[in-house]
Amino acid sequence: MSSNIYDFSTLTGSIHTWLTGMMSSGWVIFTEMVLVGLVFLLMYALLGLFLVYLERKVCAIMQNRVGPNRVGPWGLLQTIADLIKLLLKELIPIRKSDPLLFNLAPFIVIICSFLAMAALPYAKGLQAIDFNIGVFYVMAVSSLSVVGILLAGWSSNSKYSLIGAMRSGAQIVSYELSVGLSLLAIVVFSGSMQLSVIIESQANGWWIFKGHIPAFIAFVVFLIASTAEINRGPFDLAEAESELTAGFHTEYSGIKFAFFFLAEYMNMFIVSALGATVFLGGWMPFHVGNWEGFNQIMDYIPSVVWFFSKTFFLILIIMWFKWTFPRLRIDQLLTLEWKYLLPISLFNIVLIAFIVLMGWHF
Amino acid sequence: MMSEEIIKDVIVGENEDYIINMGPQHPSTHGVLRLEVCLKGETVKYLIPHIGYIHRGIEKMCEAITYPQIIHLTDRMDYLSAHINNEAVCMVVEDAMQIEVPERVKYIRTILDELNRIASHQLWWCAFGMDLGALTSFFYGLRDREYILDIFEESFGSRLLHSFVAPGGLMHDVHPNFQKRTKEFIKYFKTKLPEYDQLLTGNIIFQNRAKGIGLMSRETAIGYGVTGPSGRGSNLACDVRKIAPYGAYDKVQFNEILETGCDVFARYQVRMAEMWESMSIIEQLIDNIPEGEFTAKMKPIIKLPAGEYYRRVETARGELSVYVVSDGNKSPYRMKFRTPNFSNLFVMNEIASGYKIADLIAISGSLDLVIPDIDR
Amino acid sequence: MLNKEEISEIIRTLVPEAVFPEGTQLLEVIVPAEKIFPIAEQLKTDSRLAFDYLISQTAVDFVSKFTVVCHLDSTQFRHLIVLKAELVDRENPAIDSLTALYPTAEFFEREIFDLFGIRFNNHPNLKRLFLEDNYGYPLRKDFRDEVNIIER
Repeated sequence: MSSNIYDFSTLTGSIHTWLTGMMSSGWVIFTEMVLVGLVFLLMYALLGLFLVYLERKVCAIMQNRVGPNRVGPWGLLQTIADLIKLLLKELIPIRKSDPLLFNLAPFIVIICSFLAMAALPYAKGLQAIDFNIGVFYVMAVSSLSVVGILLAGWSSNSKYSLIGAMRSGAQIVSYELSVGLSLLAIVVFSGSMQLSVIIESQANGWWIFKGHIPAFIAFVVFLIASTAEINRGPFDLAEAESELTAGFHTEYSGIKFAFFFLAEYMNMFIVSALGATVFLGGWMPFHVGNWEGFNQIMDYIPSVVWFFSKTFFLILIIMWFKWTFPRLRIDQLLTLEWKYLLPISLFNIVLIAFIVLMGWHF
Repeated sequence: MMSEEIIKDVIVGENEDYIINMGPQHPSTHGVLRLEVCLKGETVKYLIPHIGYIHRGIEKMCEAITYPQIIHLTDRMDYLSAHINNEAVCMVVEDAMQIEVPERVKYIRTILDELNRIASHQLWWCAFGMDLGALTSFFYGLRDREYILDIFEESFGSRLLHSFVAPGGLMHDVHPNFQKRTKEFIKYFKTKLPEYDQLLTGNIIFQNRAKGIGLMSRETAIGYGVTGPSGRGSNLACDVRKIAPYGAYDKVQFNEILETGCDVFARYQVRMAEMWESMSIIEQLIDNIPEGEFTAKMKPIIKLPAGEYYRRVETARGELSVYVVSDGNKSPYRMKFRTPNFSNLFVMNEIASGYKIADLIAISGSLDLVIPDIDR
Repeated sequence: MLNKEEISEIIRTLVPEAVFPEGTQLLEVIVPAEKIFPIAEQLKTDSRLAFDYLISQTAVDFVSKFTVVCHLDSTQFRHLIVLKAELVDRENPAIDSLTALYPTAEFFEREIFDLFGIRFNNHPNLKRLFLEDNYGYPLRKDFRDEVNIIER
């Protein structure tokens, strides 16, 4: 299927030729890496700030109130004010804590979410690294953050933090299985783990529609399991403020707390972006089979807009969960995973394999 | 020698209790309460409540001030049913001096009792949902509670701690808008209370957190003196409005809600149903308030004749009883308040042992404790 | 539900030493302090009385004596009496604990110990409830605290 969506590789290609004209190839690579790193840092910070603001506004609307509206027009500068406040706070060192691990933990969590962000396709031609094991890589790297959480809880030398960290560790490790299996469903459909190939295969329709029932089951399982992976929504027992004050990040203050906080919101973004890429087509516009005319019209909207609107749609659903449902208890959480989600996912995989063999999908 | 001590230390350490302190500053114990919880993994082995952080010596203070002044102190015991506390002291004084209050006073006092009960249950629902993680319920409950507080403010000038009753009747008459606004509130709240059920009661996550948790048998409830909705959730018929009716309660028809579940969910159902019953009581009374005086004729200085007097009322949390020993002066010789939360708190060790920490929050939320009532 | 005369008849047969003051609002029964536990047990187990609910337990300091006052109710019949016992010893007042019959008595008695200084025998955990260990006994009529209480 040819599509005439604006291809960002023309833009990146022209930057590359401009740089090659100015310096030798070694320096070109170095400069490009620095540029990409800076763009990612900027995007991380801006997205993080915006997501915090968005959560407060969405939460306020659901609770029949207004949300931040004083600092800046419509309260847009509220997060920046909060960030400045956090930066100025005293970093309270804990006696009898393990200082190396205590300081290392927030960095591990932030680094893992950076690593995962690098592999996502943001628009046609805008993907930093296109591994041939893309899906596997994103999953593996986001699982590393559980190490950061356990380190935070352990090194705080406080009973509350330890309980919170242990709960969180058990929860994340269990729900990785369901996330993996639901992503595997689409890998079976599309035949490849490379993210750009998965997106190209959705050029005649998104997998959630083409794969009908099993893809929809996988999508629902993915939504539930990924909300649990990022410690959000009805699964936020690890940081339940009405029970254990703040769980594993009780003892952190100032910029280190800001890291945990930011990493949670960016994990939400990554998980939604992954779901949007794999199930809802990523930057691919909404095409229907071979309705050429309809597809041409859809191509006029740039791919960047498609990607971000799908991601934010999933983010809004995840936020909706958090502000509506009460919290699950730890044993109920683990029961949900091991007795319900995992068997459903396994059965789903078998079903999908059968369907692909028979060719019963679009 | 040295190694023996080290070994003993290690072995003793394994059997030691893992104690965690919840409170006195904690987001979910409503008030200053310190719970010393002994855990084994996630399970609670036993817990010891420590109180006294807000002990103000109300009973000692009552021996030095006059009866109308005591009413202002009783507000501050269970501040969420302040009006009902005030009414208890007024009724004791009226019984002792054998004063008959006008009918109008009885009707208005009962309507205000029931409005106070609805407001208290609304706040309980907010806080209960919030403790369990459904943060939105906090705003739903408070939004509707504002209507009641506005009605109070118009008539009495204050939203929470009224001190509107005085021995013999009321301090002054209610505002002319009182009847109209109360009727509007009832009509409004009847459309909103089903929303509460939609948000929380039918939710499967909530039901899993509440059913089968914190079982309290009827014998335990009687033995520990648990009254109010917590007792009625264990099938114990303890409503003082039925046992010893006061005010205008003998002129209205209402049901005493009993549930046999004995768990957190049963206590939750009792309180939700009580809100409906309170609205029905108000509806029966609001159109028929008799005209008349708002107070009986009282002497300026109130001195109770020598003797001992006793009165019980039903607050939003259980049975409050007032026991006065008088020696003929204008201050009581001894005044004892038997508060419902005192007995409701100490049943927690029985019913929370064996459950998880998360259940502890649900159980203490279902008992609906107000700590200043315990410490007085 | 039995009325005052019937209850006082039954109690007179069970407990010959009981004294019934006249002209009170509720039926009051004054019993000797040493026998309070067996009497309370009889009141609880008798099937016509069935006083199984201890509403409240408190003490009053008449300067010459202490009086421990228990309000008992029956969940079955809903009749109410007041059980009183008098203690004349002001140095070391002591009386039996009712915790074995009514679990809630454990905490009422701790409060009485805290505020009056009356000790309870056979109490499982007789510690102060609200106040610090060296505060004294505030609700006694001869209690003075120059720092916190202003006498008029």
